[in-house]
Amino acid sequence: MQLDARIPAGPIEKKWESHRFGMKLVNPANKRKYTVLVVGTGLAGASAAASLAELGYNVKAFCFQDSPRRAHSIAAQGGINAAKNYQNDGDSIYRLFYDTVKGGDYRAREANVYRLAENSVNIIDQCVAQGVPFAREYGGVLANRSFGGAQVSRTFYARGQTGQQLLIGAYQGLERQIGLGKVEMHARTELLDVVVVDGVARGIVTRNLVSGKIESFVGDAVVLCTGGYGNVFFLSTNAKGCNTTAIWRAHKKGALFANPCYTQIHPTCIPVSGDYQSKLTLMSESLRNDGRVWVPKAGGDKRSPDQIPESERDYYLERRYPSFGNLVPRDVASRAAKAVCDEGRGVGPGGLGVYLDFADAIKRLGANTVAERYGNLFQMYERITGENPYKVPMRIYPAVHYTMGGLWVDYNLMSNVPGLFVAGEANFSDHGANRLGASALMQGLSDGYFILPYTLGNYLAGVKPGSIDTSHAAVKDAEAEVNARTQKFLGLKGKRTVDSFHRELGKIIWDECGMARNRKGLEGAIERVRTLRDQFWMDAHVTGSGDEVNKELEKAGRVADFFELGELMCRDALAREESAGGHFREEYQTPEGEAQRDDENFCYTSAWQWKSDAEPQGLVKEPLTFDYVKPTQRSYK
Amino acid sequence: MRLTLHVWRQRNGRAEGQFVKYDMPNASEDMSFLEMLDVLNEGLVAQGQDPVAFDHDCREGICGMCGFVINGVPHGPERGTTACQLHMRKFKDGDELWIEPWRASAFPVLKDLSVNRSAFDRIIQAGGFISVHTGSAPDGNALPIAKEASDRAMDAAQCIGCGACVAACPNASASLFTAAKIGHLGLLPQGQPERDRRAVSMVERMNAEGFGHCSNLGECEAACPKEISIEFIARMNRDYLGGAFSQRPAGARIED
Repeated sequence: MQLDARIPAGPIEKKWESHRFGMKLVNPANKRKYTVLVVGTGLAGASAAASLAELGYNVKAFCFQDSPRRAHSIAAQGGINAAKNYQNDGDSIYRLFYDTVKGGDYRAREANVYRLAENSVNIIDQCVAQGVPFAREYGGVLANRSFGGAQVSRTFYARGQTGQQLLIGAYQGLERQIGLGKVEMHARTELLDVVVVDGVARGIVTRNLVSGKIESFVGDAVVLCTGGYGNVFFLSTNAKGCNTTAIWRAHKKGALFANPCYTQIHPTCIPVSGDYQSKLTLMSESLRNDGRVWVPKAGGDKRSPDQIPESERDYYLERRYPSFGNLVPRDVASRAAKAVCDEGRGVGPGGLGVYLDFADAIKRLGANTVAERYGNLFQMYERITGENPYKVPMRIYPAVHYTMGGLWVDYNLMSNVPGLFVAGEANFSDHGANRLGASALMQGLSDGYFILPYTLGNYLAGVKPGSIDTSHAAVKDAEAEVNARTQKFLGLKGKRTVDSFHRELGKIIWDECGMARNRKGLEGAIERVRTLRDQFWMDAHVTGSGDEVNKELEKAGRVADFFELGELMCRDALAREESAGGHFREEYQTPEGEAQRDDENFCYTSAWQWKSDAEPQGLVKEPLTFDYVKPTQRSYK
Repeated sequence: MRLTLHVWRQRNGRAEGQFVKYDMPNASEDMSFLEMLDVLNEGLVAQGQDPVAFDHDCREGICGMCGFVINGVPHGPERGTTACQLHMRKFKDGDELWIEPWRASAFPVLKDLSVNRSAFDRIIQAGGFISVHTGSAPDGNALPIAKEASDRAMDAAQCIGCGACVAACPNASASLFTAAKIGHLGLLPQGQPERDRRAVSMVERMNAEGFGHCSNLGECEAACPKEISIEFIARMNRDYLGGAFSQRPAGARIED
């Protein structure tokens, strides 16, 4: 199989412009004849659904939450990048492009990233016009901060709730279109399969999470904006409902899954407190702007932090990376934390934690300024841990936060299955092997507001609208499959809860396919995941029936897909015999312990093709070329 | 710590519900309230019983999906905190907890602690937006906005739409929710063209959904996990009054 990324020709700064001009348009009077199914209503989904409806298409939107406003984009704290150069500090579209390609450890497509940087400036304008209350200076202009390893101040923010405000902006645009009758919204509705007719995506099968009804919807295109798959680890910073089912079902219907092993481990999360732990809580990366990360110099030092004198502390990020210090990118900061904990110098219960200390910042800026910048985060930390970070240093540890991998898409955000588009975290497109801070919001909105409205139109211009209905045999087959699968779950009457299997799966993936991976561990993990999956199908217990609210049934479906995905993640990590960004193979590191890429042999995107339940996926490679940003060893020293 | 739980169990919107007593022998003070319910549910499922249904998602206090009444108080005893961020250290060994869903006719129960809050979405549909098409925006700095106005708009915009205000109000009024959106958009220059229309339309939708009126008791502000001030309700009333005049059909008289 050959992959065509459909990257337009021409110089990088002209590609998107000339591509837009070259795309076909749908006559305004014909737009209402087309129906687009948008699954997921986070930043990408809500912005796409609203923008497509504004253009005149009929949109049906779906989310499993009780309202589109709940999608997990809402939890993003820190901010959104844009190359506005409002601070006159030398930022530009090219610099944002450069930083993102480098930050992704040269495993992203240059053309996509350049377009993302171009769109970033329009996103801010759009959001301001919608009434997003970004932070402002006294003169009334927008405020910026530097964030997540960037050396310019290009991050726009709304207190510590930027994701919330951006999502509410997109949600309000979506609700406006629902009110106008252009979007038909289906909340508490979960996608359980994708309908492919003659190789083209034409519909979805869903379950109504209140009535239990299995139902099909058909359209002229399907857009998946269903987020990332970090919950394969059970413990992650994702919302509890986040799952891989939509993209995994699409994968099993033919869509290639790209770079599944690229997962981002966020360095600043609150450590695990007990085995009842249901999720991990992120403390915004912006804390690293003023907080200093340290551990005791000596292993096993159990003194309270205020009893440890300066000379016996190791500010290891400042020591190892003098020029970036505490602001090194996420993958580097996370691995460094793991390294000191592995040496036995971790702090807190279980020794899995490092200090993030604000004592110097409070001395320098005063407690009031610190409270103004981070007050809500400090409050959240205290609620969860019972400790006051104004007095004692925070304890933090890395946790799974974001997945760079996802369904493979071309430059138009269309998967290899015609008519199936994928946007936001659900696709693999822009972040390579590591995502920079404040770039996820940017990508979600770039995809939804400024890419899909064009590229989807170009696709629709070439298809005849409304050519199938729900009585089509392929729709009925998919529905029957979903019904059979649901009955299979409801028939599970073993001894273990679905959650207990999920926890065990998550532990295997975290231990062997988390912050550091190696051949032996990955090979073992694949076997253990398979065994556990077999046990799941024998010994799990699902209560209740299919025609009512049944959260155990919902969980069972999601966990079953996580098993298959978890195995693929390990296989991808095993096949990639290099270290890149979030993928750190212990066998491939520099003498200083940094990630060592192998550009000669692995400068490609791994896209996996589903074959059948009986045989493993096949690997398809999309070679990456770098004409503008020359791959070098990332250095933050 | 050991707790006694009385949890509202109701199979669906048509069935009768009642409190069911559960013993929770091993709650840890570091658990969140929802983790405590997870432990209860794991035990129930292990015995083949139906677990307690409750809505939740982010568990970081921002998505607004969780929420129920704990001992008569929406989201429980800690001020400015959602149920998911409430930790068991706020309770003590031997406590008896009564856990029930939001009670409001505009929020029908779906199952146990889970209710249908789609009325909130319909209030937003009525006018909780600024009508701007994608692509039609001027430069973000073209329109300076005083920091004070922007900050105050953010105070209102923080609303997570959880519904605690409705649950706390003896009238089951959605005034704080509606006012927060009217205040957020009405405080910004971008929100001015639709300010009157928005206020009238959203308030009328709120009434039509079956929410009660505000009688300034302030229970909503006390229960709000984002501590949104009832001063926004005063603002909403002013905007509604202004809008009631400006939104009359052209040529209509006041006595019409």
